[in-house]
Amino acid sequence: MIATLFLMIMSLYGIGAFTSLLFRKNKEVATIYGNFFAIAASVLGIILGGEILLTQTVLTGTFPTSLPLFSLTFRLDSLSAYFLLIISTVALASSTYGVGYMRHYFSKYNVGVFGFFYNLFLLSMVLVVTANNAFYFLSVWEIMSLSSLFLVLFEYHNGETLKAGIVYFVMTHVGTACIVAACLLLYGATGSFDFSTIARLSSHIPDAIKAAVFVLALIGFGTKAGIIPLHIWLPKAHSAAPSHVSALMSGVMIKLGIFMMFRFFIEILGQGPFWWGAIILAIGAISSVLGVLYALSEHDIKRLLAYHSIENIGIILLGLGSSMIFLSLHLPALALLAACAGLFHTFNHAIFKSLLFMGAGSVIHATHTRNIEEYGGLIKHMPYTALFFLIGSIAISGLPPFNGFASEWVTFQSLFAGISLLDVAGKTLFLFAAGSLALTGGLAAACFVKAFGITFLARPRSHESEKAKESSLWMIVPLGFLSLLTIIFGLGAGWIIEGLKQILLSVGNFGVAFSSSSTSPMTIVAQNGFAQLNMPIVFLSMVVSILVVYFFTRVISAKQKVARGATWDCGYIGLEGHMEITATAFSRTLIMIFKGLFQPSQQHQVEYIDADIRYLKKSHAVNIATENLYEKYFYTPLQIITEGISRKVKVIQGGNLNEYLLYIFIAIIGLLVWMRYF
Amino acid sequence: MILIILKFILLPLLSPLMVGIVRKVKALMQNRQGARIYQPYFDLWKLFHKDEVISPDASWIFFATPYILFGLSILVLVAVPVFGSVESLIPFSDFLVVIYMVAAATFFLALSGIDVGSAFGGFGSSREMTLAALTEGVLLFALLPVALLTHTTNLALMATYAANLPVTSYFAVITAFLGYIIAMFSETGRIPFDNPATHLELTMIHEAMILEYSGKRLALIEWASANKLLFFALLGVNMFFPKGLTQAGDPMALLSAFGISVFKTILLLVVIAVAESSVAKFRLFRLPDILLTGFILGIIAILVAVI
Repeated sequence: MIATLFLMIMSLYGIGAFTSLLFRKNKEVATIYGNFFAIAASVLGIILGGEILLTQTVLTGTFPTSLPLFSLTFRLDSLSAYFLLIISTVALASSTYGVGYMRHYFSKYNVGVFGFFYNLFLLSMVLVVTANNAFYFLSVWEIMSLSSLFLVLFEYHNGETLKAGIVYFVMTHVGTACIVAACLLLYGATGSFDFSTIARLSSHIPDAIKAAVFVLALIGFGTKAGIIPLHIWLPKAHSAAPSHVSALMSGVMIKLGIFMMFRFFIEILGQGPFWWGAIILAIGAISSVLGVLYALSEHDIKRLLAYHSIENIGIILLGLGSSMIFLSLHLPALALLAACAGLFHTFNHAIFKSLLFMGAGSVIHATHTRNIEEYGGLIKHMPYTALFFLIGSIAISGLPPFNGFASEWVTFQSLFAGISLLDVAGKTLFLFAAGSLALTGGLAAACFVKAFGITFLARPRSHESEKAKESSLWMIVPLGFLSLLTIIFGLGAGWIIEGLKQILLSVGNFGVAFSSSSTSPMTIVAQNGFAQLNMPIVFLSMVVSILVVYFFTRVISAKQKVARGATWDCGYIGLEGHMEITATAFSRTLIMIFKGLFQPSQQHQVEYIDADIRYLKKSHAVNIATENLYEKYFYTPLQIITEGISRKVKVIQGGNLNEYLLYIFIAIIGLLVWMRYF
Repeated sequence: MILIILKFILLPLLSPLMVGIVRKVKALMQNRQGARIYQPYFDLWKLFHKDEVISPDASWIFFATPYILFGLSILVLVAVPVFGSVESLIPFSDFLVVIYMVAAATFFLALSGIDVGSAFGGFGSSREMTLAALTEGVLLFALLPVALLTHTTNLALMATYAANLPVTSYFAVITAFLGYIIAMFSETGRIPFDNPATHLELTMIHEAMILEYSGKRLALIEWASANKLLFFALLGVNMFFPKGLTQAGDPMALLSAFGISVFKTILLLVVIAVAESSVAKFRLFRLPDILLTGFILGIIAILVAVI
């Protein structure tokens, strides 16, 4: 039954891909085929994931191939099933959304080809979480990277998009190269490409090899996850792709980097030394704070959201890193809680980030621009989109009562445990991480006041925003679905954490099985009663309290009337859109406070009514720009060095046949010498 | 449950009095007679019975924010211990929950500042969120040492256990308290961060956001600010100076514990009013320096507490 479901999912995505390609001449039909099969497959994916999680079964199997080493072994255990759920949930929402969203591409681009790569992308993600053989894994990982690359390149008339695609292409392959190297090292040490076999033999792998695999895998999967400083592709690629693809990339694809980190660092390599966890924790702290700071300085709504993905990947890594540290110090109970925090935030972020990206997509659909400065007042024209975007904003800012708060709370608790239990070095590290998380939460709230406030509130700042229309039901319903999930995951946090504990225990390496806590699963308990959180009560008390206040006010001021009168403007009549605060102005204070990190530059352009007298200004424009320090100080020098070396190496490529024969001869001699003496 | 309902009704009734006391002390410091300490009650009564004028630009966020703000401000008040260990049963009495509820209220207030589309409101929101973002960490790190010393994050238990801490941990507690005071000044909009009495566009933060409110909604917001002041004062005295909280459950003990809490709170507010009268308001860009000081005080307190 389970195996049939799995095969059905794969074939549905396959059918979706090819029918969409087949009917590419008819855009309506191609869109419907491309999305309909994806919807069906993702519903089945949710059923399959739920089924495996509930029954705790592990599905393994091999497709027959004639090639040695390259065996198509797949394995669906509960961790894979959890990520299958994440993929399928977001895929369900984004495919439904796509039916409405793809419409505005009909006149310009080939929607059928898009449907092909879209389904291929979804299929490859499902295969990535189920692959159990390094070769097979690398192939589907590559298919995932390439299919998403073509989705990023979809709006190819735009020069920016092409640039983003090239950066994405290069970065993703640097990452893949590192993963290939890591897999080859593992093969060298264990003689197998099979992940299960490698995991079984991992205690025999020498420490030096393990360390090398750790570093390579961290770079490889970290590039996909978008950790700082390997993140430069992420804001470019995610903003270039169509919005529901951005939702999939930001919500799901980068999480597969996290998934593989869990697989490699916790399951396959087993318990590592302290410094592994310490590095991941530090990267998490840095990525979270810098991610949110860069998001603050953005006023392209999709780039802003993309930077928030980096921030949230950082928060997830805080959970993973502290889990690895606790494992290395033989504190399995704490390690379990911290890993739960990471996994829980992974799903939460997938939900609210795809919600926000699709919400942003609806806004872009209505206003035809990604620039926040041209929005404003959209809440009146797009009330549903605004409400759902607000729910997403509250969740991502980590405010109660939604799911973002619950997972950040658990992350905080595992960091507190580290502060109270470890040695001085460990305490300082965890303190640094906790400080970063606190700062991140505050800055994220500031950033989403900006994102939501400037986009949806006040008066329209451009003609486009004035005549914006609410998007079609195809686009609203998925947003509502994801908002509902945001609330449900907040309320059900206790149950989900319990479930995650079961998943992680089955994955192993958390040693002892423990008795589940005595309290009801409604409450999340950290560190034997150090802290407790009961999300349903928090939710309920907030609702009740606000309602009580409302009715109390109704009673007291029953007779008072509400009149509508223009906003006070010091006596000036006729406030206009451009007199409101802008996104740049909103975040300017914070950018100036952190100017060491941003190195902002200001340019004034003043036009005078009379250029000689320079007294009355006609217009005054201020440009505040921030440098991309990574490109300036790291990637550009790296590129120059690489080019320099290539130029030097070019000398040996003479084009003379005798020369090449000489090289082959020298290589053979060298190899013989190597074989003889080493 | 009875206790929760009692606190839910009682504490908000008390909070305008605290604002009145602070104003009176500040007036006396400035050689003025000042209004009666009951004046805030009359102000609220008056506002509740006035009609409202609301900008046509306002959306439902502007309409709903006062209720959300006031609702959350009562909830955090209920979560603070004023009696003693009996309150540990209040299910949301966790210090992270309380901090983030305060943050949620600020989030909505800042949104409503942008909502009416005046430049004042927008800049007020921008400044408020800037300060709130930086203050959150200070507040968390000021309360964390107490949590680590008492091995719980339940506010009521933190307070009751903190009463029995050995003398050796006093240094950590006092250092943390200094950090807390900084966070409190920032969160409640006191000088040197913000001046609650000003309407000068260059300096105001909180007042700029609520400029468009009138009538009952203004009353709710003013009252919520009073609640927030009482919340921070109560939390401050009972977390760092928990003497007087009871572990018993009988009504007399609870009543006296409540009386002592209120007395300590008034004492702290008088000190705050005096402190506020003796400093000038800082430039906005100097404020991160103070907050950083608070943050570092918190780090010192935590390291002293756990090592």
